[in-house]
Amino acid sequence: MSPTSVPDLQAALAALSTIILGKERPLRLALTCLLARGHLLIEDLPGVGKTTLALALARVFGLHFQRLQFTSDLLPADIIGVSIYDSGAGSFRFHPGPVFSEVVLADEINRASPKTQSALLEAMEERQVTADGTTRALPDPFFVVATQNPGEQVGTYPLPESQLDRFLMRLSLGYPAASAERALLIEPARRDLLAELPPVLSAARLRALQAQVRTVRTAPPLIDYLLALIQATREHRSLRHGLSPRAGLALKHAAQAWALLDGRSGVIPEDVQAVFTAVSGHRLSVAERADAQTVAAEILASVAIP
Amino acid sequence: MPNAAQVPRAALSRLVVLRLLAVQTAVLAPHLPRLPPWAAALVAMILVWRTAATLRGWPMLAGWMRVLLTLGAFVGIYASFGRVSGQTAGVALITVMAALKLTELKSRRDLMVMVFLLYFLLVTHFLFSQALWTAAYLLAAATLITALLIDANHPGAALPLRVVAVMAGGLVLRAVPLMALIFVLFPRIPGPIWGLPADAGAARSGLSDSMAPGAISELVGSDAVAFRVRFDAAVPPPAARYWRGPSFLRFDGRSWDSGSRAGAIDAPAAELRGTGYGYELTLEPTRTPWLFALDLPARQGSPDDALINADYQLVLARGEVRERRRYRLQSYPDYRLQPSLPGALRTLATALPGASNPRAQALARQWRAAAVSDAAIVDRALRMFREQPFHYTLSPPLLGRDPVDAFLFETRRGFCEHYASSFAVLMRAAGIPARVVTGYQGGERNAIGDYWIVRQSDAHAWTEVWLAGRGWVRVDPTAAVAPERIERGIGSAIDSTELPDFLNPALRNGYRFDLRARWDWLNARWNQWVLGYGPELQDDFLRRFGIGEWREMILVMTALLTLTLSAFGLLLLRRSTPRQRDDAPTRAWRRLQRRLARAGLPQLASEGAADYAARVAAARPDLASTITAAAQRYIAARYVDSDDSRDLRALKAAIARVRP
Repeated sequence: MSPTSVPDLQAALAALSTIILGKERPLRLALTCLLARGHLLIEDLPGVGKTTLALALARVFGLHFQRLQFTSDLLPADIIGVSIYDSGAGSFRFHPGPVFSEVVLADEINRASPKTQSALLEAMEERQVTADGTTRALPDPFFVVATQNPGEQVGTYPLPESQLDRFLMRLSLGYPAASAERALLIEPARRDLLAELPPVLSAARLRALQAQVRTVRTAPPLIDYLLALIQATREHRSLRHGLSPRAGLALKHAAQAWALLDGRSGVIPEDVQAVFTAVSGHRLSVAERADAQTVAAEILASVAIP
Repeated sequence: MPNAAQVPRAALSRLVVLRLLAVQTAVLAPHLPRLPPWAAALVAMILVWRTAATLRGWPMLAGWMRVLLTLGAFVGIYASFGRVSGQTAGVALITVMAALKLTELKSRRDLMVMVFLLYFLLVTHFLFSQALWTAAYLLAAATLITALLIDANHPGAALPLRVVAVMAGGLVLRAVPLMALIFVLFPRIPGPIWGLPADAGAARSGLSDSMAPGAISELVGSDAVAFRVRFDAAVPPPAARYWRGPSFLRFDGRSWDSGSRAGAIDAPAAELRGTGYGYELTLEPTRTPWLFALDLPARQGSPDDALINADYQLVLARGEVRERRRYRLQSYPDYRLQPSLPGALRTLATALPGASNPRAQALARQWRAAAVSDAAIVDRALRMFREQPFHYTLSPPLLGRDPVDAFLFETRRGFCEHYASSFAVLMRAAGIPARVVTGYQGGERNAIGDYWIVRQSDAHAWTEVWLAGRGWVRVDPTAAVAPERIERGIGSAIDSTELPDFLNPALRNGYRFDLRARWDWLNARWNQWVLGYGPELQDDFLRRFGIGEWREMILVMTALLTLTLSAFGLLLLRRSTPRQRDDAPTRAWRRLQRRLARAGLPQLASEGAADYAARVAAARPDLASTITAAAQRYIAARYVDSDDSRDLRALKAAIARVRP
């Protein structure tokens, strides 16, 4: 419909859909998150396809992928890398850690000690790593998919609210639909299919698209709508506090990415509504006996579009 | 978000508590004299103690002490009244409990409870008095409570007095039109609004159904209004201003009463002559069936529920005058009453207890022997009063077993009842039928409102004698002794040292008198238009606006109230959210919204255009293509295109194509 129509993005989405079945919405949100240069937190049970999703994203965009299994004895150096004395060269040489990949899957991030967690989260925010006094830039694009298991409490260090803010979105995949699950059981393993998946886009194209996201128009009435939503979170009865200005920016970027994914060069209220729950859910401090999803839905239903 | 319904449990500032105490004192004070002395003392003590406790920072009472006090007060009220409900006992109970609440009051929530309790307590004053000053006082007190309510709703420190007062005054002022509206429209039931059954037993001063020496002079001390009169045109001269009340036929040697004839309702024949005086009389409640009337009222035109009894007194056919009552009459001072006297009545009207007052009887018999006619005997008696040293006084000496003898031959000092009584006894002893008539004589003109006030102090007693060919003729022996009493009122007839202040002629000039007249005029208006605004007046008033039925009235009232409140709400809403002007694409889109809303598909406030179009397309497949196109145009114009590139014409065209 508009000159900004992006067929290659649609193709990427289609390719992803062949791997993760019947999960179009989470897929779109994950893609949106990547386009908005944000990081993704997936909160879900083991075995619902978190790793496959991360892998598929890397594959479709032709990105380098590293998986990091977080454990309680994982050290910051295990993520960032370490300097080792090279006797041949007669000097220390830096061996980059897994964080120097374009897509990093941080599995079960809440199992690691807070010190290790914060090493990764700092890298996510700064998009660079400082070790031994030298600052090294992380690759661009740089996309972290962290997972955590909400069910387990023993031996975990839940991410504090300030750290959660580093993630643009929080998603959960959930069980697949019956028809999708049937296909999963009949067809060849997804990981095998993944290996055959050709890259649809390149890293350079992704960078271009990420730049394009920032140019998607946000008209004055849309900014009014964003403000109204943010204000509503600050006044809601079941919330201890509302969205921060940084969260407001995140909401805007995510909505822009969603609009681009939809092939629009202007953000419409529906775009904001589509990403609102994913972006705000983990940032809202909910009073007991309330649930962020419900509160977010309540806010969306109650705030009038200006 | 701060919840409006939540009242913070925060502690109260000292200033707010002191203000509460001041307001509470103002509200409770008028009730104190109505309480049993111990309860009044308890309330006053608690108020003083709490004030001191607030100023000095004393601790509140312990829990067990409060429980003890509360139970004690409850038992005390029960012991004093024999019950805890009803007008006096109930009000006493809540008054004491409102004071006791002070012993535990510490949070803002308590203050809120107190404020509403005070509003309620305020209204209970109307159970005891509905006078103009009560209403004014209560309005002022309501403003004070409202000020307190504002304070109670303001978190943190107390607001400056000026701010609170101005806000409260403004609120009350704004409530006045609503108050007036409800007052006018609220459906009335017959009877006084505030009258409770218990209230009806209250003692009232006034004439009674018998007359003993001293009965009338007691009334002179009372400046209470008996009735007010407004004459249509001419006003009768003072000597004709006799307001007829009960008359007495039976004499037991000391006091007079109506005897066995009480309740006889066969009106005697009366011939009314000359021109009459038309007037409207507003009678204060008397708890008797009597309706006072100028001598002599015409039967025609008198109230439907009244009749004229055998003594030619206007009385209610049944019931008593329990509330203020207004009626119209036509009276004729020139009359001939009962020209032919029935034998039985003649016997009654000449009867005297044989052994009493022998000297008076002897004197009358002596006159009878010397006289040529009955009229001559009347003149003889009046001459005696005029020529012998009789004295008209409010404080006559006590009389013995034969009061008429003692009065006529020894003390010669008396008030109108002494003169009327002894004159009637003399006439009867001489064989002339005679009776005593009580009522009021005179009245005071209120120049402000051009009406006449007749007070209890105008109470009077006179006699009627029956003369052949003339019927009952009024003879007022007081006029023979003190003609000023009849011509200029009691204030001029009695030595000023004996008079109550309000009758003292020296004080009846100047601004005080003028103020009194104005105040009475205001009260008369208040009685007539506010307290007297009963079902009839309401009907009359509303009929002028074409509202006849009370059902309609309730409807109108509800409609008016709803309209007023919604207008007010709308005003507030407008003021709180400055309305944004819709941009051009949205104005066009609103047309589509309205059209589809009429077709049963309104757009939700939180629903975007694209979602809405999808919903409409699903519900109405025939509109799918046009609504989708219109929504795309709208989205493009509003969110995608910049202001100068947007194509409003295409949007409007697309919207026009959507035809549900």
